[in-house]
Amino acid sequence: MGTYIARRLMWTPVLLLIVSFITFALGQFGPGDPVQILMGQYSDPEVVERIRKQKGLDDPIAIQYTRYIGNVLQGDFGESFQYRGRQVSELLGKRLWVSAQLNLAGLIISVSLGITIGLFAALKQGTWWDSAAVSFTLIGQSLHIFLTAPVLLIIFALKLDILPTHGWEGFFSLNTILPAVVLGIPGIAIMTRLTRASTLDITGQDYIRTARAKGLPERIVRTRHILRNALIPVVTSLGFSLAGLASGSFIVELFFGIPGVGLLTIESLFARDYPIIMAVTLLGTTLFVLANLVVDLAYPYLDPRIRLRGNYVAR
Amino acid sequence: MLQGEVLTNLDRPSRSYIQLSLRRLYRKKLSIVCLAIIVLMYGSGIFAPLVAPYGYNDQDLTKVKQGPSFSNPLGTDRLGRDMLTRVIYSLRTTVIITVISLVTGSLLLGITLGLLAGYFGRWLDGIIMRVGEVTASFPDIFLVLIIVATVKPRILTWVHTFEDSTGIDWIVRLGIVDYLVISLALAAFSWFGMARLVRGQVLQVRENQYVEASRAIGSSTLRILAIHVLPNVISPVIVSISAGLAGIATAEIVLSWLGIGIQPPTPSLGVMIFENGNLSVLRSDPHLTLVPSGVLVVLLFTFNLLGDGINDAFNPRAR
Repeated sequence: MGTYIARRLMWTPVLLLIVSFITFALGQFGPGDPVQILMGQYSDPEVVERIRKQKGLDDPIAIQYTRYIGNVLQGDFGESFQYRGRQVSELLGKRLWVSAQLNLAGLIISVSLGITIGLFAALKQGTWWDSAAVSFTLIGQSLHIFLTAPVLLIIFALKLDILPTHGWEGFFSLNTILPAVVLGIPGIAIMTRLTRASTLDITGQDYIRTARAKGLPERIVRTRHILRNALIPVVTSLGFSLAGLASGSFIVELFFGIPGVGLLTIESLFARDYPIIMAVTLLGTTLFVLANLVVDLAYPYLDPRIRLRGNYVAR
Repeated sequence: MLQGEVLTNLDRPSRSYIQLSLRRLYRKKLSIVCLAIIVLMYGSGIFAPLVAPYGYNDQDLTKVKQGPSFSNPLGTDRLGRDMLTRVIYSLRTTVIITVISLVTGSLLLGITLGLLAGYFGRWLDGIIMRVGEVTASFPDIFLVLIIVATVKPRILTWVHTFEDSTGIDWIVRLGIVDYLVISLALAAFSWFGMARLVRGQVLQVRENQYVEASRAIGSSTLRILAIHVLPNVISPVIVSISAGLAGIATAEIVLSWLGIGIQPPTPSLGVMIFENGNLSVLRSDPHLTLVPSGVLVVLLFTFNLLGDGINDAFNPRAR
C-alpha cells in the first residue's frame, strides 16, 4: 500500500504538467493573435511586433511553456488580455470565492436533503414513502438545470415575486437561494439513492440483528450502528460530487448572472484571453485530480476491508 | 414423459446470454416504453425532413411567439418559426452527434484500446491508461470546451479555403464542420470510461482456460480477441451505452447553449434554450424555453430509466 500511495503521489504532478502543456499548446493553436486583440483594429504593426517581442510570444512553444510554468509556481499567472493591466490571480481570486460559496450552498442542500430523504426511505422500506423517494431519485437525476432553472425562476421570481431573478450579494442573501437549489437538485437525487442503498445494506447485516437481539433501544441501533456505517460511502462520494458540481455551477452562474469563475471563463474563451483560460484549467484540473486522490486514499481508512494493492489499480 | 421433455429441450437451439438478457428486457414494460420513446425521438430526428411540418428556418413574421395551436402544436418562436419543426431538427443534431461520438469514441476507440490494454498488459497497458487518465483529469467537459474553442476556428478556415478552391459551397452551410468537430471532441473525452471498463473485464476473461486452450491449439491473437474475449466483455458495454448517449447528448446541448457548439441557424436544443432563455421571454412566453428544456429532460429520463432496465436485464443477480 505504501508503494501505491507513493506512485499516486509521484504521478500526480506529472499528470498536471501534461494537462497544462496540452492546454497551453491548444491555446497556441487557437486563432487570434492576443496582441492584435489587445491593440484593437487600428494598430501599428511595428508596435504589435515590439509587444510580441517584449512578451516573448515569438519564442518556441517549449520555452514559452517553461517560462509560464516557472511563473505559475511562484503564484504569477500573468496578465489578463481583456482586462488590460489586471493580474489574472487578482481577477480570479474574487471570482473563485463567489463560485466556492455558490458550490458550498449547493452541496449543503444536496447533502442535507439527500441524506435525510435517503435514511427516511430506507427505514420506511416498502411503504409509499419509500416508493415516492425512489421515484424522486429517478426523476431528480434527469432534471437538468436547463429545466429546473427556468421553471423555478418563473414560479418564485416572476409569478410569486418573492426571490430575486439574478445577481450575487454574498452567501447570506435571498439571491443565493434559487441558484443553490437549482445546483443542488441533481445532487439530492444521487445522495438519496446512495444513502438509501447503503442504509438498506447495513440494516440487513448480522451485527444489526445482534444489536437488536441484545436489547439495545432502537434509537441507539439506528444512530450508532446503522447511521455511522451507512454514511461511509456517502462521505467518500462527496469528493466526486464536489468535482461534478463545478460544471453545473458553470451553467448556473451564466443563467443567474453570478460573477463567478464560470462567467469569467466563458468571457475569456470568446475574448481568447489565454492567460485566464490557462489559469482556470490549471486550477480546475488540480482540484479535480487532488479530490480524486484524496477520495482514493481515504477509502481504506474509512472501510478497512478495502486494501489497495501495490500495483496501480485503475479507479 | 420426462425424457420427451428433455429431448425437446435439446432440439431447441440454445440461447446465448445476450438473447436471454434481451428476453428479460422485453418483459419489462417500463423499459420497453422508454425504448419506444427513444426510438420515436431518434426516428423523427433521422427522418426530420419527412416528419417536420415546416422547414426549420421558415419564418412567418405574421405569427410571432404564438402559443400552441392546431397548425403549430408547440407554438412559434420570435421569428415565427414552428417550434415542433425546430425540436425535430434539433433531435436530428442530437442523433448525429451522439451516434458519431459513441461509435468513434466509446465503441471503436474505447473497446479496441480497452481490449489491447487488458490483453497485452505491460507497457501498452501503461501507456493507454496514462493517456486516458490525462484526458479524464480535465474536469467534466472542460477539455471539450477548450478543444472546440481553439481547434474549430482553425478547421473552419481550412474548410473555407478548400471550398473556395474547389467551388463546393455546402460543407460549412450544412454545419458539417460543427458536427464533426464537436462529435470528435466529445469522443476524445469519452473513450476512456469505456476503455477502462473493457480492460477490467478483459483482465478477468483472459485468465480463463478456454483462452489458454485456444492459444494452445494455435489460434492467432486476433482470433482469440475476436471470438473468445470480445463476446465475453460485451455485456457491460451494452449496459453503459444508454448512459453514454445521455451524457453525450447533454454535453452537446450545453456546448451549443454556451455558443461554441452548433451554430445557428442549424437547430439544436442548446441553441433553442439559449435564444429563449432570457427573463423577458420567460415572463411573456415561457413555452419557448420550456419546450426544448422539457424535450431534453424527457430524453435524459428515458435514457436513465432504460439504462437501469438494461442493467437489471443483463446483471440479473446484481440487484
